Amino acid sequence: MPRRFRIAHYWGVHLSGWELIGFGDTGWGDEIALGLLVTISLSLATLPVGLFIGFMIALAKQSSEKSLRIAADIYTTIFRGLPELLTIFMVYFGLQIGISNIARAIGFESGVEINAFLAGMIALALVFSSYSSEVLLSAFRAIPQGQYEGGYALGMGRAQTMFKIILPQLIRIALPGLGNLWMILIKDTALISVIGLADIMRQTGIAARVTKEAFLFFGIACMLFLVLAVLSSIVFSRIEKAAKRAEQR
Amino acid sequence: MTIVNQEMLPELPPPPALARKWSGQRIAGTTLMTIWIVSAALMVAWLFTAWNPEFMQRYAPRYLNGLMVTLELVGKSIVLGAIISLPLAFMRMSSNSVLSMIAYAYVYFFRGTPLIAQLFLIYYGFGSFRTELEAIGLWGFFRDAWNCALFAFTLNTAAYQAEILRGALESVPKGQWEGGRALGLNDITIFRKIIMPQAMIVALRPYGNEIILMIKGSAIVAIVTVFDLMGETRRAYSRTFDFQTYIYAAILYLIIVEALRNIWNRLEARLTRHLKR
Repeated sequence: MPRRFRIAHYWGVHLSGWELIGFGDTGWGDEIALGLLVTISLSLATLPVGLFIGFMIALAKQSSEKSLRIAADIYTTIFRGLPELLTIFMVYFGLQIGISNIARAIGFESGVEINAFLAGMIALALVFSSYSSEVLLSAFRAIPQGQYEGGYALGMGRAQTMFKIILPQLIRIALPGLGNLWMILIKDTALISVIGLADIMRQTGIAARVTKEAFLFFGIACMLFLVLAVLSSIVFSRIEKAAKRAEQR
Repeated sequence: MTIVNQEMLPELPPPPALARKWSGQRIAGTTLMTIWIVSAALMVAWLFTAWNPEFMQRYAPRYLNGLMVTLELVGKSIVLGAIISLPLAFMRMSSNSVLSMIAYAYVYFFRGTPLIAQLFLIYYGFGSFRTELEAIGLWGFFRDAWNCALFAFTLNTAAYQAEILRGALESVPKGQWEGGRALGLNDITIFRKIIMPQAMIVALRPYGNEIILMIKGSAIVAIVTVFDLMGETRRAYSRTFDFQTYIYAAILYLIIVEALRNIWNRLEARLTRHLKR
């Protein structure tokens, strides 16, 4: 709690809305800004992990090997079917129980505290990867077989064909879908506040409870998410334009 | 005249099947499937050993109750949202720029912010306007968490459904309107009998996805003390500290979502059978 706010609160001094959200001692501005930073870093940390797993799952789904396809389908069925909140709780409590059991087996008796950021990152990566695998799979299907054959005809290996020929086209096709998933990812980070991560939702929630100005602070939370959405859409349209520059004549 | 030898060679057995090679993909697939099967077997075995008749007797009815709460909440908000989405979609498509801006802002707000933030804004935030709400007699409505959840979900799904509806209506070619007018039909009849049926086929799949998203999203009402499936699960876990509470919830959610997905696929196949050649 900001120091001067505490004093003002104690003396019954009413602070105006602007003082409440200001930075420094009087307001909650710096606390909320910290929450914003946590939200952004969680989304940015989850993105590469989720994309990588999603890419692997997409490759597995279009494999000629049936067992690999079924294994990948089970993965997406589970993590697309479970509510995100349930996935978060299961990862958080599951990790906690699992690790404390292992710790007890080794001989430690102290309670184990799981890092909310890490648990949230794992849970969101599971969800993000199962959705992104679908986007990437449909992008894979949009690339004609001749592109692979062209690569092999030039004497490239499988990996080289994938990275030099397929992937650049894949990204271009998958970008709009991945942009939507990124927006969903940002919104899903708000759920991690329930396991105690000090993100936007939690920080504004604390401010709301202490100041009794719930509408003001949750309104601020909504506005911050809107700003993130607008910024992301600007960045994504730039990236899409850059990815499409080869198509323009 | 030559005598053709009628005797034919005895039938040979088919050539032996080529042995499938243990490629990297096959190894990976077999390993992953083994992991899935072993972990599923372990889970089932664990659920059997941890089987507790007392726990079941106590919590099974509560889980079912919670499931009904979830389905009721989602069902009501989807229907109410569909009603609100209709004028919203028309405002969005309107040539009046003020109307379309208002609808656009509404849709952007509800699609751009997390559902949990919207729920908190209504459940906790409307408490800031208690005196005003009491003056117009709505405080009784917004004091209840269930009503707030229904209100928030309805507004949220209305925004998504308005976009689905708009996309579907715009996918119907203009010529369909013109054809209707050439037949001397009035606009309402054209909309009901010609445009809507074609638009609904386009909208069917997104609507199904929206219902599934709402079922999954509805889990957050547990945080504002509504005892839906997630809320009952959390209550059971906080009393027993038994992880199987979450496993059963996960199984129930997966069953609903998969059932809905299959029903929707059948429905779509049935409704679009005239488009198949």
